[in-house]
Amino acid sequence: MENHEESHVTSYALNAKVLLVLLSLTVLTILVIKLHLGAFTVAMALFIASIKTTIVLTYFMHLKFEKPILRVMVGGIFALFAIIIVITFIDYYFR
Amino acid sequence: MNNPSPTAPLNYLNHKTGLWSWMTATDHKRIGLLYLYSITTFFLAAAVLGLLMKIEKVAPGETIMTAQTYNAMFSLHGIIMIFIVVIPGLAAVFGNICLPIMIGAKDVAFPKLNLFSYYVYITGAILGLYSQFANGHSPDAGWTFYVPYSAEVNSNIILALMAAFTLGFASILTGLNFIVTIHRMRAPGMTWFRMPLFPWSLYATAWIQLLATPVVGITLLMVVAERTLHVGFFDPKLGGDPVLYQHLFWIYSHPAVYVMILPAMGVVTEIFPTFSQKPVFGYLPIVFSSLAIALVGYFVWGHHMYTSGMSIESRWFFSFLTFIVAIPSAIKVFNWLSTMYGGSVDLKPPLLYAISFIFLFTIGGFTGLILGAVATDVQVHNTDFVVAHFHYIIFGGMGFGFFAAMHYWYPKIYGRMYNIRWANIAWGFLFTGFNFLYFPMFIMGIQGMPRRYYDYDPQFQMGQTISTIGAVILFIGLIGMISNLVYHVRRGAIAPANPWHGVTLEWQIPSPPPHENFDDIPVITRGPYVFDNPHTK
Amino acid sequence: MSTTEHSEHSEYIDSETGKMGMWLFLFTEIFLFGGLFIVYSVMRAKYGEDFHHGALELNAFIGATNTVVLLVSSMTAAMSLTAIQKNQPKVAIALIFSTLLLAGVFMINKYFEYGHKFDLHLYPGSEVMRNLPKGEIMFFGLYFLMTGLHLFHVVVGGVLLTIVMLRVKSGKINSEHFLLLENGALYWHLVDLIWIFLFPLLYLIT
Ligand code: HEM
Ligand SMILES: [Cu+2]
Repeated sequence: MENHEESHVTSYALNAKVLLVLLSLTVLTILVIKLHLGAFTVAMALFIASIKTTIVLTYFMHLKFEKPILRVMVGGIFALFAIIIVITFIDYYFR
Repeated sequence: MNNPSPTAPLNYLNHKTGLWSWMTATDHKRIGLLYLYSITTFFLAAAVLGLLMKIEKVAPGETIMTAQTYNAMFSLHGIIMIFIVVIPGLAAVFGNICLPIMIGAKDVAFPKLNLFSYYVYITGAILGLYSQFANGHSPDAGWTFYVPYSAEVNSNIILALMAAFTLGFASILTGLNFIVTIHRMRAPGMTWFRMPLFPWSLYATAWIQLLATPVVGITLLMVVAERTLHVGFFDPKLGGDPVLYQHLFWIYSHPAVYVMILPAMGVVTEIFPTFSQKPVFGYLPIVFSSLAIALVGYFVWGHHMYTSGMSIESRWFFSFLTFIVAIPSAIKVFNWLSTMYGGSVDLKPPLLYAISFIFLFTIGGFTGLILGAVATDVQVHNTDFVVAHFHYIIFGGMGFGFFAAMHYWYPKIYGRMYNIRWANIAWGFLFTGFNFLYFPMFIMGIQGMPRRYYDYDPQFQMGQTISTIGAVILFIGLIGMISNLVYHVRRGAIAPANPWHGVTLEWQIPSPPPHENFDDIPVITRGPYVFDNPHTK
Repeated sequence: MSTTEHSEHSEYIDSETGKMGMWLFLFTEIFLFGGLFIVYSVMRAKYGEDFHHGALELNAFIGATNTVVLLVSSMTAAMSLTAIQKNQPKVAIALIFSTLLLAGVFMINKYFEYGHKFDLHLYPGSEVMRNLPKGEIMFFGLYFLMTGLHLFHVVVGGVLLTIVMLRVKSGKINSEHFLLLENGALYWHLVDLIWIFLFPLLYLIT
């Protein structure tokens, strides 16, 4: 309806660039794994995955152009999930 | 449903008639009523099971049923009461009926989704019932479905799990609908902090429904996978971890108790100002305590697992946080009492129920602290003390909150009034019966009476018998209350639009409300609890 | 608030409202998989070695291929939104169709991947699997459940996008009203997001 005028159009070029970044990050993940960094490997893999997630959320899923409330919600969701994992591990880590 | 009298203006009950118009209704008030009738039916059925269990326990030894029947009965009673009655309960019934009106909207954001979620709910409920009767193996693992028992026993656990999963899905959809409704459908001028407190409590509740339910959904699916595919996520024989099941189960089910209680708190928060003719005391603290309860409520699930072999550190952590959640709850109690203080208190049935809510909820809350402290919990875990505690919270809190809501909004919903004297007498039976039924269970629990047993040592004879007598009294009260309400749907005196002189939006429109609530969407210019009508002073 | 209009009065749901509904639904999906991720992390902490051996059995090449496939399909889905906003329905249809094709490729790869496991008699409940070390049983249990649930979402997303494509064809979705396309694309991106985590966690364990 009326609010479509303001809705943002992401250009084809930007979408393509985002894809390139995502693909490079995928390659990076595989390299990191092959390097056998020991305990760091998982952390690095998860870190890269989070970056990719953020990129998909921001550009492909248009969070950048949405109302702030949606960004707050999405951030909150991931924070909540992270806290739940941490609390679960208070049990498993010390057992 | 209501007979349309030729002169009466059209309202949501009579603007269309016939069974089909109800089954396909997208009007939020009609969907609320569909939920009301379904939930009441299930509540009565499960309450009868509760009564039968109490009769079994009137004397030691086998009285009217075998141990296995008793196990099946407390499982069915628990599953129905938790998943079919109280979790949807207030949100699905009074949330649906009142939320859009109270924020000045014509309906919820997604009316068709709302109807859909009702059918999902009914499907789940029927599955649940079916699990009881299909080939004679009623589930007997309790409503908590703890593994490894639930993964091994030969009863209809899979059906019961699928029922709980389906019911959870319905609850997610309701929550989703309410969050969007509150964000997007408020009337012009109704800022967040001009919103009444019942919608606020529904908002906090909806977030829990949305985010906690999927966790138990996937957990139940994992148990199904365990039973059908022999994977063993939770079965120690296959390398799984039964305590992990408990973590996942309570990550949902602790927040779920706030799904039950928060809307009830919202209801009484509407009732106290109206029957004191005084603005609610501490609007903002009540809002923020609801949000705080919802948030911190996510992080305390481990207090159900002190005796399950968690690490010492996490017991410490969960115990600490559990005490923290008590604070916002206490804030609310003080606010309610302060609202009544110095007001012109009018002791009508809704207020009676609301006051008993505070009383019972406070007892439940204090005994909850005993269970929240690791040292004392180890003594009373899995005894009747726990059963008494959660009945005080769930039945005394959510249940009495529901009755309060019923008596408060009844004239709005049906445009008729019930008999006040009759309601008061029924309340007396309910309240007395309730305390006789459950209070002895605290004492017996401390003395060591375990829960989920159909039999007991002779030393508990006295307490058990008192408790059974309480159950009978409570039942008389229940029947009295319900028959009063049912009888007067058609025969009650015509109720005015605003019998209690309330000031929130639902009282500003006719009773029963018209199909789309408002002819013109109201424009809100001030907070929700301003009492400047002639009835104050 | 801008939306005082009842949705019954208009054939179309207000787009902000509809989108918020979709996002909330995606949150529940995140927590649904979240439960599995909790189990995964606890079990991996417990059986690190076995998980490593299990992962060696998986075909990391197929996994990587499918990652690329999903990333590209995500882009085509995002571009189809651009196309409809620019009022180029033909382009939009072509892009959604490519997304569907890529979804097909993903499923074919999965078919071969699962097929290979079945050839080795490696599936939940099989004799071979029951005789593995406990940690590997757990790994494969999680592998099948997580990728299986993800595959289910791929199928649902595919169906959703097919409906969207048909509606673009019929003109019901157009440069004025494209909420359903937006939501379909959002759902598809979620499918991609989950795979972004599944890939390193299942196929690349050292
Ligand atoms: C109407 C009167 C009610 C009676 C007479 C009653 C009685 C009982 C009894 C005797 C038990 C079994 C205790 C045991 O052996 O461990 C029980 C368990 C339970 N009740 Fe009730 N109850 C009533 C209402 C309710 C309500 C309103 C709710 C919830 C809103 C509820 C929820 C539960 C739950 C969750 C259990 C635990 C089931 C389990 O152990 O798996 N009850 N009740
Ligand atoms: Cu709890």
